[in-house]
Amino acid sequence: MTRTPRTASTLGAAVLLAFALAGSLSACASTGGTGDEDPNAPAATEPTMTTLEAAEVTVLAAASLTEAFDDLATQFEAANPSVEITVSYGGSGALATQIIEGAPADVFASAAEPPMQQVVDAGLATDPQVFATNTLELVVPAGNPAGVTGLDDLANPDLRIALCDESVPCGAASAKLLANEGVTAAPDTLESDVKAVLTKVSLGEVDAALVYRTDVQSAGDQVEGIEVPAAADVVNRYPIAAITGADSGNDASDAQGAAAAAFIAFIAGDAGRETLDSYGFGTP
Amino acid sequence: MARAAARSTGRLAWPITAIAVVALAVLVLPLVALVVRAPWAELPELLASSAVLEALVLSFTTAVLATAICLVLGIPLAALIAHAESWPAIPRRLLRAAVTVPLVLPPVVGGIALLMLLGRRSLIGQWLDETFGVTIPFTTGAVVIAQVFVALPFLVFAVEGALRSSDRRTELAAATIGASRWQVFRHVTLPLVAPGVAAGGVLCFTRALGEFGATITFAGSLPGTTRTLPIASYLAMQTDPDEAVALALLLLAVSVVVLLTLRDRWLPGATA
Amino acid sequence: MSVEPGSTDAAGRRPGDPSRPGDPSRPGDPSRPGDPGRRDRPGLRVDLALSYGATRIAAAFDVQPGHPLAIIGPNGAGKSSLLAAIAGLVPLDAGEVSIGSRRVDALPSERRRVGMVFQDYVLFPHLTVRDNVAFAARMRGSRASARAVAQPWLERYDLVTLADRLPSELSGGQRQRAALARALAAEPDVLLLDEPMSALDVEVRAEMRDELATHVRDFGGATVLVTHSPADAARLADSVLVLEGGRVTQRGTLDAIRADPATPYVRRMLAASDD
Repeated sequence: MTRTPRTASTLGAAVLLAFALAGSLSACASTGGTGDEDPNAPAATEPTMTTLEAAEVTVLAAASLTEAFDDLATQFEAANPSVEITVSYGGSGALATQIIEGAPADVFASAAEPPMQQVVDAGLATDPQVFATNTLELVVPAGNPAGVTGLDDLANPDLRIALCDESVPCGAASAKLLANEGVTAAPDTLESDVKAVLTKVSLGEVDAALVYRTDVQSAGDQVEGIEVPAAADVVNRYPIAAITGADSGNDASDAQGAAAAAFIAFIAGDAGRETLDSYGFGTP
Repeated sequence: MARAAARSTGRLAWPITAIAVVALAVLVLPLVALVVRAPWAELPELLASSAVLEALVLSFTTAVLATAICLVLGIPLAALIAHAESWPAIPRRLLRAAVTVPLVLPPVVGGIALLMLLGRRSLIGQWLDETFGVTIPFTTGAVVIAQVFVALPFLVFAVEGALRSSDRRTELAAATIGASRWQVFRHVTLPLVAPGVAAGGVLCFTRALGEFGATITFAGSLPGTTRTLPIASYLAMQTDPDEAVALALLLLAVSVVVLLTLRDRWLPGATA
Repeated sequence: MSVEPGSTDAAGRRPGDPSRPGDPSRPGDPSRPGDPGRRDRPGLRVDLALSYGATRIAAAFDVQPGHPLAIIGPNGAGKSSLLAAIAGLVPLDAGEVSIGSRRVDALPSERRRVGMVFQDYVLFPHLTVRDNVAFAARMRGSRASARAVAQPWLERYDLVTLADRLPSELSGGQRQRAALARALAAEPDVLLLDEPMSALDVEVRAEMRDELATHVRDFGGATVLVTHSPADAARLADSVLVLEGGRVTQRGTLDAIRADPATPYVRRMLAASDD
């Protein structure tokens, strides 16, 4: 019968396709922690560290923590080779929402306390600890082309001003600062994350903006910072907490939990503080 | 015998149908989920806020403006590309590639490129600033420019497709009875591509309405001036997911209404 | 009213100027067949070379008004390209095309005043029959005046009942009439017909051929038709040009060719049954 070969090849194609689909799905769904790696040697810098089992730790951190956390993650991985740390950055509010919607995360570091509180209220984190503070600073492009001198210049409608939107921690703090000082700003854009504001300054598209001191430092020569003494009154407090997942009791999860707790302890400890200070963060 | 007859009546092989159903689900289910999980009770309150109305009006006016500009710029460009069929291979392919690039470029990259061209520190931007005191980023005009950049290729290719499928000899026939090149374009070419223009215009409008990455990078985000509906919903995700869902629903509704108010044969993919 | 070449008539126009709609004094007005003014219609002179794909086409001939020429040849001989070159739709490699005393080979198609009926008529699909016929006048004036100009043409070509139909609603024979009316309403100096019968059903060909012959005679200007059918040539033309592989292999009246075929193709073509 001439029909059979055609039916067989159609069936064969379908079976192949099904296998391919199943294979790719399982690859996506698999998490780390097979337990096959060698146990690591204890880290020399952290006397309280015990040998960690292999784990992949996912950290969601506020955008303003970008450079500092990249550095801290590298340091931690060097001390604990069996642990792999992946950090994603974003607006603290967006990250909190993602965690509540089920994004896989082991650690959450927020630029303000309200987003962390949302996660705690959703039962996904307990006992957050504040590990750093950040202060706002006025920032202008290199060379200060518009001759900005202080906070009052932000009210000048002829200047191009960028601010964080109030819905993000940087913006909430900026709004409070401006209100305290009685300045009505004339912003040209209200960005949803502080790094976007910083980029606009370093590109020279805006004349002035309010960002964190740490951002001014991280942008180096491209920008100049102008200190605002009153900013000391609207300090942002950065909490960090481990995210408690739904599953418990299997090996991979425990190893992950242990690694996450160790990472948090590292950040809150002396080595972490030293690193954070070097990037411009304050001590809580 | 019956099975052989059924085979020849043109039914699809079952694996094809099965996969097609999965594909359809991929497209439809997220929207269904959006509708199902929307905060229907609070919807009127969430949408009635002035910030939402501002964003809606801004999105609409900029998208309409961008579509109009795309029509004026895109139809001649489509005519050029169709005409380029007679060019040698390399210039013809370059032309096509140039129009395709914004289509495949990540929108944020498009926004960065626009900043490099028209931002304050760019050659053009500086000249504009010095001569007219005008800077483009952070204005509503910048929103329109970003939308035109991402949506123009849609229109161009829709019109070019219509041009290609029309009988080009009608243009030759018109010439033999005395029509100048402009008259041919106006009386023969344009009417023949009208369905393609309509389909392209719809695509263009909805793409402009949904534009986010290039807009937020190039134009910024200020309520009433540059904070379009997609940007507003992104921001809402930071603090109030319910509002974000409400805005998403609004955008979905607007898109559906636009598609429904146009006659079937003008929809992209439909044949006249 | 006789007009000498080079002078202007009472309305200030020279012979050969395109007439304005509704103008009664133009020589050769189709509504008055037999008008002595017809003698002023220009002839067509062709002496050209062009390339079509790999084929190089070279031909030279004259066509007098009132004595249509049929170009006959096998497929791929270059007949349609030759016609297109006369109409200005493809460029020449070398040579010239003249209509009367005007050289037109450097002119764009719209200025040559050459009317063409394409093989499958190529009517404007988005316009009614009336607007198709009125198209040439529309290019020169308003839609209303163009429609007024078109009316006598619709009547002459028996298209009045079809005037508001779209081309897609017409039969093959009706389309031929409409395409012919459209071309002639532009009042060209020269008429070109590309395989005018081939798009029609075999049953209607004889009848349509007679009709076409009448219209061509009424037009009276220099006419060239391309065909592969000796029956068309016999009925519609006075003389024949045989084109094979881009070259003219024989020319003369059909009777002369029949008496002394110059090539195997000519022999075969004459022997084949006419449709």
